[in-house]
Amino acid sequence: MTIAAAPAPSRPLTHRLGLGGLRRVPAVVLIAFAVLALALVVTLFAQFMMPYDYDAMNLRARLTPPLPWEGSNPAHPLGTDKLGRDVLSRLLIATQTSIALALLGTIIGAVLGTVLGFLAAHFRGIVDEVISALVDFQAAMPYFIIALAVLAFMGNSIVVFLFLMAIYGWEKYARITRGLVLSAREEGYARAQHALGAGPLRTYGIHILPNIVSPLIVQLTVNFPDTILFETSLSFLGLGVRPPLTSLGQMLGDGRDYLVTAWWLAVVPGLTIFLVTLAMSIVGDFLRTHLDPSLQD
Amino acid sequence: MSVRFVIVKLLRAILTIWLVVTFVFFVLRLSGDPVAQLLPDDVDKQTVQFYRELWGLDQPVGVQYLRYIEALLQGDLGISFRNNLDAFQLVMERVPKTALLGGTALLFALGFGIPLGIYAALHRDTAIDRAIMSVAVFGFSLPNFFLGIMLILIFSLQLRWLPSSGSGTWWHLLMPAVTLGTGFGAQIARYARSAMIDVTNRAYMRTAEAKGAGQTRKLYVHALPNAAIPIVTITGMKIGELLGWAVVTETVFAWPGIGRLLTSAVAMRDLAVVQCIMLILAVTMVSANFIVDLAYGWLDPRVRAQRQGER
Repeated sequence: MTIAAAPAPSRPLTHRLGLGGLRRVPAVVLIAFAVLALALVVTLFAQFMMPYDYDAMNLRARLTPPLPWEGSNPAHPLGTDKLGRDVLSRLLIATQTSIALALLGTIIGAVLGTVLGFLAAHFRGIVDEVISALVDFQAAMPYFIIALAVLAFMGNSIVVFLFLMAIYGWEKYARITRGLVLSAREEGYARAQHALGAGPLRTYGIHILPNIVSPLIVQLTVNFPDTILFETSLSFLGLGVRPPLTSLGQMLGDGRDYLVTAWWLAVVPGLTIFLVTLAMSIVGDFLRTHLDPSLQD
Repeated sequence: MSVRFVIVKLLRAILTIWLVVTFVFFVLRLSGDPVAQLLPDDVDKQTVQFYRELWGLDQPVGVQYLRYIEALLQGDLGISFRNNLDAFQLVMERVPKTALLGGTALLFALGFGIPLGIYAALHRDTAIDRAIMSVAVFGFSLPNFFLGIMLILIFSLQLRWLPSSGSGTWWHLLMPAVTLGTGFGAQIARYARSAMIDVTNRAYMRTAEAKGAGQTRKLYVHALPNAAIPIVTITGMKIGELLGWAVVTETVFAWPGIGRLLTSAVAMRDLAVVQCIMLILAVTMVSANFIVDLAYGWLDPRVRAQRQGER
């Protein structure tokens, strides 16, 4: 790794990740990692895992409860919904949609914020002023509610939705990157690169970025659960992902109307959202303490 | 605190509100003609034209915007398309309900979050600390729409103790406030704990110790006022998030606040009402941040001195 060229992080990355001694990783964190791995597998392979087509109706098997409950059917381990669609199949597809959207949104937001942070730190002056003002503006407005209105008026568009998710949280990366780059530029290794005639792109991309990447990764793990909640909340309100597509929030919002007769329609997707965000928070906390002690709050 | 600092902050606050209002105005108009959405399909052209003129939607967007800002400066927030009532009045009728819900949730969050966070910090790395922090991680990972639904399932449908929707009595307030406050309280607990731990490592705490200050005095006179600074900041910064979650919570419990009004107004394309709600939320949020900024200087003499030196 190029980190070797830089003096700042003295311990190797594997060690900082805690991978050097897996035995020291608490069991809870391992379980959380396992949950996330499972979620990732579902995201990648949901199409091959689902027992039925997620939209296939079976009006003769409507509202079948999940397995241990009376009246359940082993063919539908998580039960069926009001149209007799298999809840397990829908859950897999919904998880795929939610995680893929959140992942994509988080990554686009992180790249956008990081690039803007670099630009602000590199050009300073008016560019810095404008970007910093945008950061303040982003942090000071009721973004969730604005996004809600935008989605409602713009209609059913995944592109608009993804765009809104990417904008959600970019300012945190920009703020972190700007600060870190400003201080990293004064470090000996960056100045040496400059003196050796390295251009700004080379200095930033190859020498500074690897040195500031840990806090950015930590921010990514902190942001990811927020982005999932952003997606699921808007879909829950019927504004994000809409039928025929489905997401965890959309399933939950749908299931809310059947609380009295079919509780599992709300509980199954709700519990899934909870488990994924919980696992991500636990992993995030773990990484925060091990990857970057200065960021502990 | 210098006058200049207050003025700069005030101008920034006004700029933010103006940006939000402008952004919302144009986005809402980008998305097509609300008249077509509002009227039935078989209405003749004259009627459509009549309403477009009535609401000023026949004008170019730039003209509409100038008219809107002009009316706004005169305190006129427009008329609801749906029932011809004054949009501002319509929204203000709902504000007390949301304020009641948000205020109760905030009290609940601070009332649990701060003591638990401080207690955990004072018993750092013990079983009780880990237990409190585990509960906190659970608390803020729990999406509040899911928490709300679980509460309804348990306390309304199973036990039949609490009403699942509406806002008639104090009992109606209980579940929505807990739903809205839990995640916030969990975050507050984490921040309170780290603020407290940070403070106890400071030099002035050692000084207090050396002076022979007792545990109580050290806690109440030296530690808490200093730990209060980041807690106040984070509370102010998170008010906007709380408002966002309030919309979701109000939907879950059919609580008749501005969140519910917003979701219905947005569905009906009631431009004036949506704009009015956005303005009120932006003003609330920006004021909260503004007050925190002022409180920050008041709480922390160092910042006060620095600001006077800088500006």
